[in-house]
Parts: sequence; C-alpha cells; structure tokens
Amino acid sequence: MTPLTHTTSANTLLDVGNLRVRFKTPDGLVTAVNNLNFTLAQGETLGIVGESGSGKSQTAFALMGLLAKNGLIEGEARFEGSNILSLNDKAMNRIRSKDIAMIFQDPMTSLNPYMKVGQQLMEVLTLHKGMSKANAFDASVKMLDAVKMPEARKRMAMYPHEFSGGMRQRVMIAMALLCQPKLLIADEPTTALDVTVQAQILTLLNELKQDFNTAIVMITHDLGVVAGLCDKVLVMYAGQTMEYGTAEDVFYRPTHPYTQGLLKAIPRLDSEGSTLATIPGNPPNLLNLPTGCPFEARCEFARARCLTETPILNTFVSGQKSACHKSTEGWAV
Amino acid sequence: MMQHHTQKTLMEVRNLKVHFTIKPDNAWPWQKGHALKAVDGVDLTIYEGETLGVVGESGCGKSTLARALLRLVPITEGNVVWLGQDLTDLDKKQMRDKRQELQMIFQDPLASLDPRMTVGDIIAEPLVTFHPELSKDEVKSAVRQMMDRVGLLPNVINRYPHEFSGGQCQRIGIARALILKPKLIVCDEPVSALDVSIQAQVVNLLKELQTEMNLSLVFIAHDLSVVKHISDRVLVMYLGNPVELASKRSLYAQPQHPYTKALMSAVPVPDPRIERSKSIQLLAGDLPSPINPPSGCVFRTRCPHANDTCAAQKPVLSAFSNEHQVACSRLAELS
Repeated sequence: MTPLTHTTSANTLLDVGNLRVRFKTPDGLVTAVNNLNFTLAQGETLGIVGESGSGKSQTAFALMGLLAKNGLIEGEARFEGSNILSLNDKAMNRIRSKDIAMIFQDPMTSLNPYMKVGQQLMEVLTLHKGMSKANAFDASVKMLDAVKMPEARKRMAMYPHEFSGGMRQRVMIAMALLCQPKLLIADEPTTALDVTVQAQILTLLNELKQDFNTAIVMITHDLGVVAGLCDKVLVMYAGQTMEYGTAEDVFYRPTHPYTQGLLKAIPRLDSEGSTLATIPGNPPNLLNLPTGCPFEARCEFARARCLTETPILNTFVSGQKSACHKSTEGWAV
Repeated sequence: MMQHHTQKTLMEVRNLKVHFTIKPDNAWPWQKGHALKAVDGVDLTIYEGETLGVVGESGCGKSTLARALLRLVPITEGNVVWLGQDLTDLDKKQMRDKRQELQMIFQDPLASLDPRMTVGDIIAEPLVTFHPELSKDEVKSAVRQMMDRVGLLPNVINRYPHEFSGGQCQRIGIARALILKPKLIVCDEPVSALDVSIQAQVVNLLKELQTEMNLSLVFIAHDLSVVKHISDRVLVMYLGNPVELASKRSLYAQPQHPYTKALMSAVPVPDPRIERSKSIQLLAGDLPSPINPPSGCVFRTRCPHANDTCAAQKPVLSAFSNEHQVACSRLAELS
C-alpha cells in the first residue's frame, strides 16, 4: 500500500489543496466543502466517505467544473501539475472525459433517453479523439465487451430504457473509460443498485483498475464498498475532513471519534451483537455551523476546547491525519 | 428456534398470491392482459413478539407481500388468517377495524406524512379516528407520551413534517403506528433512506419498543446486515417466490439456497482484509421479467447448479432442519 505523504512526487496525478466550495443562498453563504486537501497517485484509489450533506458530492462536482451557478470555488486542484479549477469551460471540456471522467449515481438520468446507447458512446470518441464513425463504433463495441456487456454489438442499437439498472451503469462506466482517462470520479456508482449487481460492478471496477491503471476517486456512504476497493480513505463530516489515511489505518486504527462511531454503527453481516452503537443527535445545519468542532454536539469525548476551537488536521507519524483535539492531545478516555 | 412452537400464532399466511393484470396502453378493450406475478405462493406463520425479516432484491415482491398482509393490495389467491379470522373474508368496514391491530411503517419517511398536518395531529389521527369518544386532553396526553417514547421532544408537537430530518420523520411514523397499541407492525424498508448513524438509532428504537410492548414485527429490507441485526427468523424471496425461510442463526451460518448464498457473498463488509480476500459468487445475467417467469424454479436461469429437473418442476419450501426450510429441488445433492 502506498504511504501517505503530502509531498508532491513524480507520479502524483491529482493534488487538491485547500479546496473550499461555498454556495450563495438567500439565507447567506453556505460552506459545503471547507479546506479539503488530498493527493492521488496514478492507479491509486481514494474513497471519500460521508453521510448526506457532508460535501462529498460537491467535491466531485467542483473538480469536474460542474458546480451549480451559485457555487464559489477557492483553493486549487492540480491535475498533472496544472490547476484545473482556474480553467475556462472550453479548456475544461477538453480535459473532461479525455483525462478525467465521471460516473454518476443514477444511471438512468445521466444517459440521454432519446439517443441510442451506441450513438452516445461513439459521440465521446468522435468529439474527443476525432475518430471516424466506423472506428468509433468498433472501439465502443470493444469497450462494452470490456465491461462484460453481453451481446455488445446488438446493444449498441438499443435505447437506455431497454437496459436494466446494472447494465445502464455498465454503459456509463464504458463511456467514462472510452478515452482511457487517467482519473475516474465515481459518485455513489452502486448506491441505486441491488447488492448482487453492486458486487458485479465493484468486481468490474477492480479489474479495470488493474487493466487500465486508472486512478479512482470513489465517493460513497458505504464503508463496505470502500473496504474492498480503496487504498486511501477520507472521512468527511459537515464539509470538513475528519480523518484521512490508508484504508488499513482508517478501518483498523481509526483515531477520530466520528470514524470510530461510524464503524461501530454499521450492522455487519459477519458479527452478532444485540444493540448497535449509535451516534446521538443529527448532523449540524451547514448554514449555521458551530464555532468549534462540527462534531462536538454528538461527540462523547467533547470538552470545553471543542466548543470554541476548530481542530486542525494533524498528521501522525504513520501519515494518518485526524482533526480532533482528543487524538492530538492524548486525552485519557 | 424451537421456542416458536410454544409461542402464540398471530398470523398465518397460506399460499398467498398477488397477481396484477398488465395491459399495454394501446390494447383493445377485449384483449386480455398479462398477469404480473408479484407474489406467487407464500406460506408463513408470524408468532407473537417475534421479528420476521423479509429480504430480497428489487422486484422480488417483498413490498407487495407487506401490503398484502394488511390487505392494502387485492389478494388474488390464498388466505391471511389473523388470530383465527381470515382477513380475505372481511368486508371493507370490518377490515378497517382490524387495522387497529395491524399497522405499517413506510420507506420514505417524509412522503408518508401529510405535509399540511402538524406532528401532533399526525400522531393523534389514528386515535381520533378509532376512539372518537376520547377527550382532547386525553388524546393530547397520549400523543405526548408516545412522542416521549420514540424520542421526540414535546416542544415540536406543533411543527410540520418538512421541519424534520429523515430520522426524526421516521420516529413520527413509528409513533403514529404505535399509538393504537397494535400487535403487529409491518415495516417496509424503514431505515433504507437513512444515513448510517441515524439508521442505528431507528433500529435500536424499534427493538426497544418491541420488547416493551411485546410487538411482532415484519421487517422488510434489502440490506441483509440490518435484517440479521433485528430479526428472529428470515424469509428470502426471489421473483415473487420464497426461496428460504429459517431462524436467523441457521440462515446466516449455513445458507442453503444458491440464491441466498450469492446474495450473502455480495454484501460488502467494512473490513479491508476480509473484503479483499473473500470470493464473491457473481450471479450471471439479469432478473427475469415477472410477467413471464422461467418455468419450474424461478432462479434456474441464473443458478450455477440448474439442470433439467429445475426447469420441469417448481420447488416448494421444504424442511431442511427443524428451523430451516429451503425451496430447491437439488438441495439433497448439493448440501
């Protein structure tokens, strides 16, 4: 497993620094993502985990330049050395799909219902690679084969509604991989699918990762999905990083009370146990964030300092990072 | 679990079938529709104070089964016997009275609450409907008591559903279902719309209330881990048919049906070492259409062990052990 360092090394693909996403709303500025930092090397997989409203999807949209009109971005995201956040639409369009591709949660609403699947796939190639239609057709069929679509040639002439949910998500993955992007951003790609179909898609992503050496940012609320796929994990809460580390560290040695609580609250297939551990209360309102640690109100270890002072993200010897006064000060529990 | 034989039977479901007639939009009036077999022959017994989990993937008929238990969808064939009385014999008014004992909690916590009613009114409505003799103060104190029991603060009584988060809305739904002190609650995916930390709160609440009020629960979900957590017995369904019914312990320790095995291996576990080393039994292909299900065993088109016998005859649930029933023609050879 790759060690966690923030020094930009030669094979760093994406380096996100102090990313902040805010939205102008009638009730004032809402900070959806606050001070996010992470790096991703070639072929590496990062899992961004969080509950609804934690800012994980907005991070993806910010990186792809897909934020809503009232969104404001600060910070930088260096993709192969150049900041993609400052690019204009035209330049960003050249990068999208060719270098960075995205898979969305709902495969039905992200495919055009009026266009045959084949046309939608070929469009990517004719547009970005300037291929002829015949070549684009062959390449598309090949890619559908690669994502294990049965009868790929026949499927090219079908409309999205003729596919099942899992098959549609395969089309989306095929489309995302057509230009062999270096980075794939997957926003909850299996949340709308049944478990057996999810297993098919995750196995497929794992194989593609090896075959194409694609780096993946996997956004999900399901820690089980992260466990099977990701090298590194970033845990978000109320738009902020709570914990960041290798999958091994975060799952076996979580330091942040939120990560610990989350891991205990999941009912597991491989364990008994009568009562689930719970995290009391609800996530804070982003419009009206508390001054101190955003998790303070729900944290069993909270002290006076947590109420007034927002903990900064501290790095441990192992490289694991955690934003918590307790883990940095070593409070006795 | 042998203890069930000494427990009181609340509900007995015999050969329950729910078929919907589907007609194309451009059909002629004399054309016959196709039957969509949403639930196709389920036998069940629900005992007092137990939780029966029902799992399966989308389209397996678990929600239709839930609705059929309360006669919220027309029953095509079979019987639902509640405390000795066949619910399918009852007329509308009699059924309505029975629903005091049978309540339901729905999947979408916000959509199942009337947006124009206050929380207090929503929770009070069943009580006011069935017990019009109660005074306003009596209703109010019953509502307050119930709100306290499900963890809602008394000062939110005059608020509207949109002011609440998903978890709190689900608490309102639970309070509404419980205020008539029912004997059975059918929960249709009650926690699948909730975040993990909130999901645990609601699951624990349901378990507490169950012990306290000696409730029986039918807990429908697609998440095998949640079902394992809350159930005493579990029914696994596939394409309208029951494939396995067993005590929780037996089912999760030794799943017998090829579909159950595949389903369990597909559930991701939040542990990198286990997750990376386990072997998943991937199912080939897609779910067949319930309008034209495969002959014989409905799972045979995706089953790695299917042979000619499976196509010829439809397996029914039969005893594998005294707490475990499986519907598979080849069970004896495979296990």
